[in-house]
Amino acid sequence: MGILEVQNVNKRFGGLQALNNVNLDVVEGSVHAIIGPNGAGKSTLLNCFVGRLVPDTGSVMFNGQSLLGIKPHEINQTGVSRVFQTPEIFTDLTVIENVMIPAFAKRDGAYKLNPFKRVQDEAEIRDHAEHTLEDVGLADKLDMTASEMSRGDKRRLEMAMCLVQDPKLLLLDEPTAGMARADTNRTIDLLKHIGESRGITKVVIEHDMHVVFSLADKISVLAQGTVLVEDVPENIKGHPKVREAYLGEAQV
Amino acid sequence: MLKLGKKDAGLFLFVVIITLLAPFILNPFPESSAFAQFNAGYPDLMQRFVIFGIFAIGFNILFGLTGYLSFGHAAFLGVGSYAAIWMMKLLTMNVIPAIIASVIFAGLFSLVVGYISLRRSGIYFSILTLAFAQMSFAMAYSVLTPITGGETGLQPKVNDPRIFDGALAEGTTPTAGLFGVKMRDSLEWSVGDWLFTFNFGYYFAAIMMLAAFYVSIRIFRSPFGMMLRGVKTNQQRLNYTGLNSKPYTLAAFVISGMYAGLAGGLLVAMDTQVGPERMFWTASGEVVLMAILGGAGTLIGPVLGAGFIKYMENIVSKINDTILHQWFYWLPDGLEDAVVAMIYPFIGKGWHLTLGIMFMAVVIFLPGGLVEGGQRIAGWVRGRFRGKESPTSGKAAGTPAE
Ligand SMILES: Nc1ncnc2c1ncn2[C@@H]1O[C@H](COP(=O)(O)OP(=O)(O)OP(=O)(O)O)[C@@H](O)[C@H]1O
Ligand SMILES: [Mg+2]
Repeated sequence: MGILEVQNVNKRFGGLQALNNVNLDVVEGSVHAIIGPNGAGKSTLLNCFVGRLVPDTGSVMFNGQSLLGIKPHEINQTGVSRVFQTPEIFTDLTVIENVMIPAFAKRDGAYKLNPFKRVQDEAEIRDHAEHTLEDVGLADKLDMTASEMSRGDKRRLEMAMCLVQDPKLLLLDEPTAGMARADTNRTIDLLKHIGESRGITKVVIEHDMHVVFSLADKISVLAQGTVLVEDVPENIKGHPKVREAYLGEAQV
Repeated sequence: MLKLGKKDAGLFLFVVIITLLAPFILNPFPESSAFAQFNAGYPDLMQRFVIFGIFAIGFNILFGLTGYLSFGHAAFLGVGSYAAIWMMKLLTMNVIPAIIASVIFAGLFSLVVGYISLRRSGIYFSILTLAFAQMSFAMAYSVLTPITGGETGLQPKVNDPRIFDGALAEGTTPTAGLFGVKMRDSLEWSVGDWLFTFNFGYYFAAIMMLAAFYVSIRIFRSPFGMMLRGVKTNQQRLNYTGLNSKPYTLAAFVISGMYAGLAGGLLVAMDTQVGPERMFWTASGEVVLMAILGGAGTLIGPVLGAGFIKYMENIVSKINDTILHQWFYWLPDGLEDAVVAMIYPFIGKGWHLTLGIMFMAVVIFLPGGLVEGGQRIAGWVRGRFRGKESPTSGKAAGTPAE
C-alpha cells in the first residue's frame, strides 16, 4: 500500500485529454520520478494532488485520506508541500520571511489571528528557518528581497519553504530547471540527504536524466496523458516503449 | 521601549512629539503676516488631521498589507458617526460611550460587508465594497430615515432622552465632552505676534490617533501582519503553504473597519452632527488617495497623506484671486493679471485639480508615495555626505519587514 495512491485519474481541457486513466502508487519513504515529454501532463497531475485542479474522474488518496474536494491549505496541513515549476514565492518579502511563513503554518495551523505577537519574539521559528536556508545554501541571503534573487536561488528558496514544514510528501516540479551543473548536484545531494534523515516521500518531475537516475527508486513515464510504464530505473533505461516516446526523442 | 523595535520606537516617538507640538508646528507664521493664511494650527483643522489620520492608518492595514482595495470604507466611518450620535442622544454627551459604540458598530458592519466582499478579489472586490457603501448611503438617505435623519442628518437635541445626563435648560445646545471638559474648550497662548491654540478636542483625538498608530505598528510587526503581506504578494502560495487566507483578510478588513468607525465617532465628538454625505463614494475615494499619496504599506505614509490632503482641502481651497493679486501686486499690471490667471485654476475650488495633478505625479514618479520621496531625499543627502550614492539603502528602509 502506497502513501499516495492515484487511481484512474482523468482530466480534460476542452478537446485535450491531459490525463488519461492515470494510476500511480508511491511507496512511503521512496523517491518516485515522473518523466515524459513536454505537455505530457506531468504538472497537471501534480495540480490534482494539491487542489489546484480537480480531476474529472478518479481518486487521489494520501495516507488513506482523499485529497479531492478539500482546499489547498487543508491538503498542505495533512503534510503535502509542493515546489512549483515556475517558482511560487513571496516576491516582496525577504528570504527569511518567505521561509518563516510556512514554518508558522506548520506550527500554528491554518490560521492564528494574534496581531499583538511579535515576529522578533519567535526565535524558534526564525532559527528553524535559518537552518533550513543554510541547508539549501542561502544562508548569506536571509535579508534579501526574494524578487531580487536569481532563478536558481528562487527555486532553492521554494525548496526551503517546503522543507521547513518537514512534510510527509514533497512534490517537486522540475526542482533543478534553470540551475547550473554544480547547483544541480548540490540539489541532488540535498534531496538524497533529507530523504535519508527524515524519511520524506518525494514525487519528482524532472527532465534532467542525471537527476532522475541519481534519485529515483521508481519511475513513471507519462506521454500524452497516459502512463506508459512504471518501473525501477534499471528497467526504464532500456524499455522500448520509453525510448520510442521519450528517450529516443531526447537522445539521452 | 513599548515592545517596539529600535527603529519603530524612534518613529513612534517622533510622531508623538510632532502630534503634541502640532499647535506650534502648524502655526509658523505671525498672525499679521501675509502668510498667516497658511497656518493650519487651528482646532478644527488639527482635529481633522488626526481623525483622518486614524481613518487612513486603518485603511492601510487592509490595503497596504493585503493589497485588497476597498472602495467603500466611508460606509464604516458613517456607521461609526451614526452610532456615536445615537449614544449622545440616548445616553450621554460624554464621548466615551459614543466612541466605544462607533468602533463596535463599524466592526460588526464591516464583518458582514467583508465576509461577503472577500468572496472575490481584485476589481470585483473593490466593486462589491463600493456597491455596499453606495447602498448604505442611499439607505441612510431614504428608507433608514427614522435612524439616520435622512437628508438633514442627526444632531443631539435638548429634549433627547439622554438618560445619564441631567435635563438641559431649554434653549441650550448639548455639547460633547469628557467628564465635564468640553471638546471645544481651548487654551490660547499669545506670544508676540503668534497665537497658539491648545484645544482639548484635538488632544483627545490626537491621543486616540497615537494609540491607533501604535496598534498599527504592532500589527505590522506581528506574524499576523507578515501573513497579510503574504496575501498581497502571493495569496496562492499562502494557500499552498497551509494557510487559510480568508480569516486573515477578513480580520484585516474588520480591523480597518473599526479604525474607520473610530474616526467617524471622533468626527461626531468634535462636531456633533452627521449626514449621509459622509458615506458618499468620494469620501471612500479620498482615503484611497490618502494611503497612496502618503505611501501605501508604509507605517507613516497614510498619516502624511491624510495631513497633506486635509491641508490642501482647507488651505489651498481658501486662496482666492484677491489674495493672488495681493501676492503679485509688485509685478507690472499686465503681467500680474497673466500670472494670476495662470495660477487661478489651481486654487480655491480648483484645489481638486492641484490635488489630482500631484496625485498623478506621485503615482508616476514616486510609486512609494511621499514616504519614498522622503527616503530618496534622505538617501541623496546621505550619499552627498559620504561622497557616494547608495541607491538600495533607501529602498530597504522602506520595507515594513524591518
Ligand atoms: N489549466 C489548463 N487549461 C488548459 N490546458 C491546460 C491547462 N494546464 C495544462 N494544460 C494543457 O495540458 C497539457 C499538459 O500540460 P502540463 O503542464 O501538465 O505538461 P507537462 O508534462 O508538465 O509539460 P512540461 O514538461 O512542459 O512542464 C498541455 O498541453 C497544456 O497546454
Ligand atoms: Mg510541467
